[in-house]
Amino acid sequence: MSDVAIAPRAQFFEDADRITHDTEHRRRIQTAMGKYYVSRYSRQALFRNWQEARQTAAETKWAALKELDKHLEAFERNATARGTQVHWTSTGEQARQVIVDIIRRHNARRIVKSKVMTSEEIHLNQLLEQLGYDVIESDLGEYIQQLKGEPPYHFVFPCMHLSREEISDLFENHLGTAQTHDPEELTMIARRVLRQKYIDADIGITGANFVVADTGMISITENEGNARLTAALPRVMITLVGIEKVLPKFSDLALFLPMLATAGTGQPLTGYNTMYAGPKQPGESDGPIEWHVIFLDNNRTALLADPQQRDALHCIRCGACLNVCPIFKNVGGLSYGTTYQGPIGSVITPHFRGLQDWKHLSGASSLCGACTETCPVKIDLHHHLLHNRRNAIDEKRGFLEGMLWRGFTFLINRPKLFSLSIKLGRLFQPLHALVKGTIFDPAAAWTKSRELPEVAHESFRDYWKRRQSK
Amino acid sequence: MTEREKIFTRIRDALKTQAPMPGHHGSSHKPHAISEARNAIAGARQWLPDPGADSAAWLEQFQKLSAELKTVVHLCNDEADVHSKLRELALAEGWRKVAAHRHPLISPAATAIALPALETDGGYDANEMAKCDVGITACDALVAQTGSIFLTTRSAGGRALSVLPPHHVVIAHRDQLVPDLPAAFELMTRLYGENQWPSMSTLITGPSRTGDIERILVLGAHGPRKLTVFLI
Amino acid sequence: MKISLFVPCYIDAIYPKVAISMVRILEKLGHTIEFPEELTCCGQPPFNSGYWDDARRSARPVLERLKDAEVVVIGSGSCGAMMKVFYPELFAGHPEEASAKALSAKTWEFTDFLVTKLGVTDLGATFPHKVTFHDGCHGLRELKTKKQPRELLAKVRGLELVEMKEAETCCGFGGTFATKYASVSTAMGEVKCASAAETNADFIVSADSSCLMHVQGLLDRQRRPIRTIHIAEVLASE
Ligand code: SF4
Repeated sequence: MSDVAIAPRAQFFEDADRITHDTEHRRRIQTAMGKYYVSRYSRQALFRNWQEARQTAAETKWAALKELDKHLEAFERNATARGTQVHWTSTGEQARQVIVDIIRRHNARRIVKSKVMTSEEIHLNQLLEQLGYDVIESDLGEYIQQLKGEPPYHFVFPCMHLSREEISDLFENHLGTAQTHDPEELTMIARRVLRQKYIDADIGITGANFVVADTGMISITENEGNARLTAALPRVMITLVGIEKVLPKFSDLALFLPMLATAGTGQPLTGYNTMYAGPKQPGESDGPIEWHVIFLDNNRTALLADPQQRDALHCIRCGACLNVCPIFKNVGGLSYGTTYQGPIGSVITPHFRGLQDWKHLSGASSLCGACTETCPVKIDLHHHLLHNRRNAIDEKRGFLEGMLWRGFTFLINRPKLFSLSIKLGRLFQPLHALVKGTIFDPAAAWTKSRELPEVAHESFRDYWKRRQSK
Repeated sequence: MTEREKIFTRIRDALKTQAPMPGHHGSSHKPHAISEARNAIAGARQWLPDPGADSAAWLEQFQKLSAELKTVVHLCNDEADVHSKLRELALAEGWRKVAAHRHPLISPAATAIALPALETDGGYDANEMAKCDVGITACDALVAQTGSIFLTTRSAGGRALSVLPPHHVVIAHRDQLVPDLPAAFELMTRLYGENQWPSMSTLITGPSRTGDIERILVLGAHGPRKLTVFLI
Repeated sequence: MKISLFVPCYIDAIYPKVAISMVRILEKLGHTIEFPEELTCCGQPPFNSGYWDDARRSARPVLERLKDAEVVVIGSGSCGAMMKVFYPELFAGHPEEASAKALSAKTWEFTDFLVTKLGVTDLGATFPHKVTFHDGCHGLRELKTKKQPRELLAKVRGLELVEMKEAETCCGFGGTFATKYASVSTAMGEVKCASAAETNADFIVSADSSCLMHVQGLLDRQRRPIRTIHIAEVLASE
């Protein structure tokens, strides 16, 4: 993996510090999310009972994971019966190797991709580009990010942080097109460029939203039609998918598809929900002659092994938890430095890539719980952030912070001492003005942006004592 | 051990410990009994948006959602009506070439337009299809609840016909309209059964769209800019 | 009823008026107040930081001291949630598990106690001002106290409540988060202050002094005229 040049924690603090001060970023994301809230909540209100729908969805996923092995076997059986080739990979390295082997076997040069979050996870594009292949992202937002040389900002809205002016500049620089600030014209530029790519591509790579066990299908949700074209025109189709995406039954989609659309974008249903059941079958007029489904573990089984946080594998990647997250909205998606941003990313990244390296993301939360409340499959997101914090400390107790909490506990368990410390605080507070704003300010983290409250001239316990003695 | 075996071993080891039922923590929601969870989908219908009580209400709902989604719906008396409306459309939009598939509803319609036509059955050249102004297909079902069209490679002439040309025209009968998604999935299972599944089935909800640039809706991102349904 | 009043450290030291107002209101309703002076903190700071051993050490005296209490009332959704929702989890599998559950069952956040337990909404208060209400996240989502404070405010004479945009969005305090991730916390608080200011209210009312400490700190720095006040103080105004 093209792994991090600077420590993830330092990178997060540096980026977050920059973006939180960027008021233009703040305005842009607030405007975009404002639109999301309107459509999402009006659509959700049309459900006869959204809370019951969530509970049903969560239980369906819970039951699916409970027998994950059986469902995966059923999928494999049903899919291979129609000529699909199923591969199993434990690591990103293995998945990349399987893909490169398929490409080589077909002497392919041109590869078109629809949105594949798992490929970001395994850094597939970098490798394919290094090997000299022509790889193109076909989802508009992903295409724009590819031109920009940046990973997706948000796993559902990949370039929501860019203005039309910035996109126009990008197109001018990379495609030589004239400036336009009309979103429609910008979209049509991309449409023209990408259309021929589908027709010329040798291989199409897609992701998957659901793996349907009882029919051996892969279900893909999208709005643009790029995934459908990616799965229709190239001779060979590759689908890269995490092992956890299983739904037991075809009919389960009748619940999950509208919930995904509602939570994700506030639509009744996303533009195209397409279920693939194999490569081109006898008598069919088109479709790939070969279809490879590659299952990726990449530490998902480690998360599965944690019963307390197993429900994080319920995730249907709707992005709702990012959209309501005040942290996400203020630090922006790129600060996370992860494939999956926002609350779900902060929960699962420590499992996928190491707790000690990524625990700072679990710390970066006020534990407000907006994510948990919005999640269509009821993942206990903010409590898992809390659990990650605990697990990190249980695994490796911080020395200084550990001392601090020992001292804190010592103090609060001694009411007299506590009372004294309030009095001392009251006494010394006037002196604080001397150091405020300097590097000697012990409360600098607070006072950099906020005034300190004043210690009251009489604490409640003193008041109570005075009252009792009357 | 193969990689496959290793993965399955890890999964089985992990599953030796049970995870708590959803809704166990910090929620006032009482989890259902597990046996109910297994039948959850039969029950899911009751939570989804209300499609209305009878076929008249379903039609109204389908039309209302179609209008929101920018799908154009024409109610037609009979096939002849469809053909004449299609001819008007062809003229108004200046079609020069159409793409279609062999089907009792579609073939006569393609003939009625009297323009060069590409038929997808038995294979076609994608470059040629890309030059067509419209793709005309049948479908399996229309879904009132979501304003969607359910079609497959088999019912709609392949994977690309309904997505590559810039305009997708669907011709369907009114009795193909089902109230909700659970009904649509039941119907598909009835039609294609266990191992008769076409290699692709898709639920189409409105013309191709994107909001990737400043969350502003633009139609025709990659797929068709226009979606027209003729309902007989 | 004999009510044990749990007074969180910041109310004790910085906002004693909040607790004094609670005493006044509850006594006026005819209840007896007991203040367990030995208790200073519920242990939430080490708990949220991942130091659960230290949190248990902080919480044990609370369990012990309130063992025989009839009912415990707290003027904070945050500390209330700690004792009501998180103690049972903190002590799961420990010898104190049962007493943690018992305490949880008899612990109430102040507004929830008034409305749900006592069934009182009109406290005869007068507060002739335009106010906006900030939902503390723990109260809102862990304790589900969305309606209770609003029902109480609706009965206050002269008070006009204007809801702010995204009232349910976190203000960014989050305990130690406010200093560990100061710039994020500040940005969140600025968004909150801006939506509160947009309502042209005179006061931001909340059931959590900890949120208000952060918000007031920002307001003071930005020299915005709007002030913060705990709901108990509003309900005790005459
Ligand atoms: S965690 Fe829940 S809300 Fe977040 S993306 Fe996954 S399913 Fe959506």
